[in-house]
Amino acid sequence: MPREQVSKWLRTRFFPHIWCPGCGHGVILHALLRALVDLEKKPEETVIASGIGCSSRMPGYIDACTVHTTHGRSLAYATGIKMAKPELTVIDVMGDGDCSAIGGNHFIHACRRNIGITAIIMNNNIYGMTGGQASPTTPQGARATTAPYGAIEPPFDICKLAEGAGASYVARATIAQPVMAEQYIKKAIQHKGFSVVEVMTHCHTQFGRKNKRSQPVDNLVFFKDASVPKAKADAMSPEDLKGKIVIGEFVNRDIPEYTDEYRKLCERVRG
Amino acid sequence: MPQIEFWQGNMALAQGAIAAGCRFFGGYPITPSTEIAEVCAEELPKLGGKFIQMEDEIGGIAAAIGASIAGYKAMTGTSGPGFSLKQENLGLAYMAEIPLVVVDVMRGGPSTGLPTMVSQQDVMQARWGSHGDHGTIAYAPSSVQECYELAIDAFNMAERFRQPVLIMSDEVVGHMREKVVIPEPGSYMLVDRKRPHATPDAFVPYKADEADDIPPMASFGDGYRWHVTGLTHNDWGFPTNNHGDIEKKMLRLMRKIDRFRDDIVKYETEAVEDAKVLVVAYGSPARSALRAVRQAREKGIKAGFFRPITLWPFPDKEVGALAAKAHSVLVPELNCGQMVLEVERAVAGRARVLGQSLVNGELFKPSAILAKIEEVA
Repeated sequence: MPREQVSKWLRTRFFPHIWCPGCGHGVILHALLRALVDLEKKPEETVIASGIGCSSRMPGYIDACTVHTTHGRSLAYATGIKMAKPELTVIDVMGDGDCSAIGGNHFIHACRRNIGITAIIMNNNIYGMTGGQASPTTPQGARATTAPYGAIEPPFDICKLAEGAGASYVARATIAQPVMAEQYIKKAIQHKGFSVVEVMTHCHTQFGRKNKRSQPVDNLVFFKDASVPKAKADAMSPEDLKGKIVIGEFVNRDIPEYTDEYRKLCERVRG
Repeated sequence: MPQIEFWQGNMALAQGAIAAGCRFFGGYPITPSTEIAEVCAEELPKLGGKFIQMEDEIGGIAAAIGASIAGYKAMTGTSGPGFSLKQENLGLAYMAEIPLVVVDVMRGGPSTGLPTMVSQQDVMQARWGSHGDHGTIAYAPSSVQECYELAIDAFNMAERFRQPVLIMSDEVVGHMREKVVIPEPGSYMLVDRKRPHATPDAFVPYKADEADDIPPMASFGDGYRWHVTGLTHNDWGFPTNNHGDIEKKMLRLMRKIDRFRDDIVKYETEAVEDAKVLVVAYGSPARSALRAVRQAREKGIKAGFFRPITLWPFPDKEVGALAAKAHSVLVPELNCGQMVLEVERAVAGRARVLGQSLVNGELFKPSAILAKIEEVA
């Protein structure tokens, strides 16, 4: 793919970006832009929403219709936008805190409604922007500024949460598999219904330095070693899966999409 | 024959909003405002509009702001606890300059308080509820007819000034049934947000026109690309730490309302010309106050009636001018003394200002206000 096609989507006026050198978020931004180019999406018909946090600064760097909302609420904003104009491609980029802590309620209900929005969750297991506090996806035993003796809470599996709540497309990759991430994002955008792509990424600055992964490359190595494809994982015991990251497609089902159902309701009411 | 209906205030408010062009409602059930959502759920699909019951109050306002960004006239409705929950996202709409109408049908507080009983305890929250400075436009209807008409005004102001407009209704007005004369469509003005003059490639989303300090607004999906954020931003809509840009944005947010204060402020008076006791009342208590003033006149007391229709901006010049000719200003309200502070500011020592509070969940009886007028006359 020619480089210019991707960089055309960047709002370089807003550079330099705020991410630390070596941050994993750039890999996800690149995967998203490549997917958008590949799908021949038009920036003026593409909405990128976000909440608050490092990941949520991403829309500012994309030259499309972008909205940087309040912490945890981006899916509710995106729901209003998609309801208003179902013909728009609506993508919501969120962090693990945004998605599974403060915005958990909006996340499960967007899944339940199966509204045609693609949620890309950039899961780095930490609140990075505020200085490294524990999030609902911080692994047990990992250290954070608000878990100085190690996290004791069990973490959320965001893909299982999405599946259980009713999302119709759910997949996971890590930034060590950028092509896979791009393919899943592409499929998610094409999917009719609420689609979730969790991309495991790293915050070497906040999570890494407290958990023996202080260099970006440490994290890439970790993701490469820890990733287990779903087919292989299905045959593994829960003990063997401890500390592993299962990657692959978990859900891909064709069920009624919310704005479609609303349109049908309007047609029925109007006769 | 004009269309005449016998409606509740909440129903009239929803119908007025629809007449104003509201085609999106996002909300969550809460007493005593739920009828607004129910009317919208029934009527909007017939008009190609969108209704969504969200998972919580926060989602309700967020979805409405989203729809407004996509070009819809949008509303959310709530009451006390829900109004508290909406404050953060209300702030985003002020900062990002997104038109929106928010209705708070006031019930008793604090906390869960009195879900089915009237109060006016949220009027200062309307002004100062969301953190940070911003101009506020808030209406207080005192009749069912006015619920309909102020819904239209609220949408017009939201569209004109690109910011949220609040309708601070109350449980009595919201649930009372009265005759409503539906104005003929075309007999009132409808305002739509100012569209960009520039082409998409030359569009600077927060560059305000000098004439009114308001930037034209594009909608998602109409060919423009732009960035919306709750962070303090420059003309490009991008987060800034530049002190000059920060000050420019903040002062413009205030100025766009201050400049047009006289276009926004709305009030009603009766028997004020020679009034020595001026009664300032809003919302449902204004009905009791007007009766009390008329009864006082029958008794030969020079009482006058002033009803702010906009609580914010407050008609301070107008109240101040009348207070200068009176010796007493009486402010009956269903809280422990909130707008009386604003009246004191407006009167600025030119008359004595007396609050009259009622916080037992009841509406004032005219006799209670009359007794107070007689006491101070």
